[in-house]
Amino acid sequence: MRIGLFVPCYVDAFYPEVAIATLELLESLGHEVSYPREQTCCGQPMANTGDQKAAAAAEAHFVKCFEDFEVVVGPSGSCVHHIRVHLDACEQTPETLRVRKAVRELSEFLHEDQKVNTFPKAVFPHKVGVHDSCTAVRGLRQARPSELPNLPAYSMSRDLLKYIPGLQIIEAERVDECCGFGGSFCVTDAAVSTKMGHDRAHDFVRKGAEYIASGDMSCLLQLKGVIDREKLPLKVVHMAQILNGGPFA
Amino acid sequence: MSLFRMFGDKPVDPQDAAARFIEDSKHEEAHDRLVWAMRTNRDKAVAALPDWEDLRSVASQIKEHTLTHLDTYLEHFEAAATANGVHVHWARDGAEHNAIVVQIFEERGVKLAIKSKSMLQEECGMSESLTKHGIEARESDLGERIQQLSHERPSHIVVPSIHQLRTDVAELFAKHLGTDPNNSDPHYLAESMRNDARPQFLRAQAGMTGANFAIAETGAIVVCTNEGNADIGATVPPLQVCSIGIEKLIPRQIDLAVMLRMLSRSALGPPMTQYTTHLRKPRPGAELHFILVDNKRSERLGSKEFWHVLKCIRCGACMNTCPVYRRSGGLAYGGTYSGPIGIVLDPAFDPHKYHELPFHSSLCGSCSEVCPVKIDIADQIYKWRREIVSQGELPAVEQAGIGVLGEVLAHPGLFEATETVGLRTLKLLPNAVLANRLNPWTNGRKMPVPAQTTFRQWFEDNRRRDGEDA
Repeated sequence: MRIGLFVPCYVDAFYPEVAIATLELLESLGHEVSYPREQTCCGQPMANTGDQKAAAAAEAHFVKCFEDFEVVVGPSGSCVHHIRVHLDACEQTPETLRVRKAVRELSEFLHEDQKVNTFPKAVFPHKVGVHDSCTAVRGLRQARPSELPNLPAYSMSRDLLKYIPGLQIIEAERVDECCGFGGSFCVTDAAVSTKMGHDRAHDFVRKGAEYIASGDMSCLLQLKGVIDREKLPLKVVHMAQILNGGPFA
Repeated sequence: MSLFRMFGDKPVDPQDAAARFIEDSKHEEAHDRLVWAMRTNRDKAVAALPDWEDLRSVASQIKEHTLTHLDTYLEHFEAAATANGVHVHWARDGAEHNAIVVQIFEERGVKLAIKSKSMLQEECGMSESLTKHGIEARESDLGERIQQLSHERPSHIVVPSIHQLRTDVAELFAKHLGTDPNNSDPHYLAESMRNDARPQFLRAQAGMTGANFAIAETGAIVVCTNEGNADIGATVPPLQVCSIGIEKLIPRQIDLAVMLRMLSRSALGPPMTQYTTHLRKPRPGAELHFILVDNKRSERLGSKEFWHVLKCIRCGACMNTCPVYRRSGGLAYGGTYSGPIGIVLDPAFDPHKYHELPFHSSLCGSCSEVCPVKIDIADQIYKWRREIVSQGELPAVEQAGIGVLGEVLAHPGLFEATETVGLRTLKLLPNAVLANRLNPWTNGRKMPVPAQTTFRQWFEDNRRRDGEDA
């Protein structure tokens, strides 16, 4: 399958190792993976702040970068959710609609589309707290939201992590509480955002986790900020890094 | 002492107010814990009811059906209530509502009314308005009375004084009721309030309530309380005035069977409120008045984007689950309604004053999942952001230059240049320089460290094949 690799802008700048892990993982499954070099951002930061005008050009540019791919895979629930559900500031051309349908979040692609159940390079003998992003859970339905206790339980990230030798899954007390990142919210609402991050990190510390794993680096950026500031005995790791067996930095 | 000053017409600043609530960690931590406990009680109640999701769908359909035929049902309701001997009044807005109440009271010489909790009367600013006419409207709900004595708005639509600690209440009651300031035992405090209130209840010349539901078929209203205080107002004084938002209508008595199963479970967890008061006709020798209030509801009903919010049954589940509300306290929102539902209700009353509210959310989406009538509240918040920006308001996030960012991200060359400069700047500036009050990120968090090379550069160095993606 010819896959377009979508690397969210902040992953490109801050966490290239997550993009490398994603690329290697997809290649190891035998796919032909291309990285459109002109890509910048999906438009979410502007659209989430209500500025459709500012989002439109970035969105149109995103469509242009990926319109030739059958499948677009990105390691971020939040960005994929924006593209699939909210990318409507730019013109809804046939290409736009196709790209919006073609985009898959990495865990979805592995778990749902490819039904991958072995990760030969991966060993992770650690206690890993699972933090699915809010957009992954409540937006993309990658797990049963805790608010709906009557639905059958399921979780894509936990299913995938169960295939990793040595890995022990740790659940937080508040299983899918928001980490407080929220895009620009983390700056404009700094006090609340920081408190939410603090509470979330401490929930995992109390449960004895060594790592927090997530499919969203933005949540981990927020949590790592708190962890480093408070010198907590915790590390963060992206799903792609665990599943690909690194790189970890 | 109140943590917050009341807001005037100045735009509210929920971020700043929340920061002050958090700074005083005692209140914030207790608030988060207590409000989260309501959410977990709700989860347990929901898990015990296997058909919960079906109930949500039916409740949503009942409300959507009623709202799309609201004119008809309102007329049915008025006719049925009038036939029951109720005086029915119509109020276009808060001012008209208050004028009707004043007129009823002045004609009958009412100087003291006891009222049970009503968010609508709060919305209309009724108590302040009555005070100007020399009429006291005394709160009979314990939490509302605490708020009344504190000169604060309710901070939650179900538990209005949830942001106050027992010790705050002990201090407040010591000042107003002469109780022991060092005794914060809840039973002692509740009993003291009761002893203070009872003689006033007997003296009041009128009782007032809101309405949780108004039934078109029977012309009756239903008021749900946990203290039974609506019953006192309805059974003791010879005059009773009920304020009803026009969106409270449901078609039939039988529809209550759905709504009542959801309201209390969503709010606090118990299957029913302690008291469910049905008011249908005046007692012999007494008068019963219903005031049907629009106050911008019909305007919202006409809005393609926002009419769904009128389905709200005011259970507070969205507030309990909201991680931002739990850390902010309800007063931080500065409006009648707070939490997620406040974010989507308040700006409709005054988009300028409340323009910052839709941004006081991490958009986690939990509110939409708990809503018993399936209002997609998170989506409404998202759409309010668009609305606010398109109306030309300048929320903090726009002032921070999000529009400029859009420009940069639309142009790959410019993006790459900015990225490089930005990263260099970050590398050059040690955390100590960035960790100041001007950089809100760094008070409780360290800045992320940019990578030595971007992925773009790595790909160029390691994977670039001739001719690919030129």
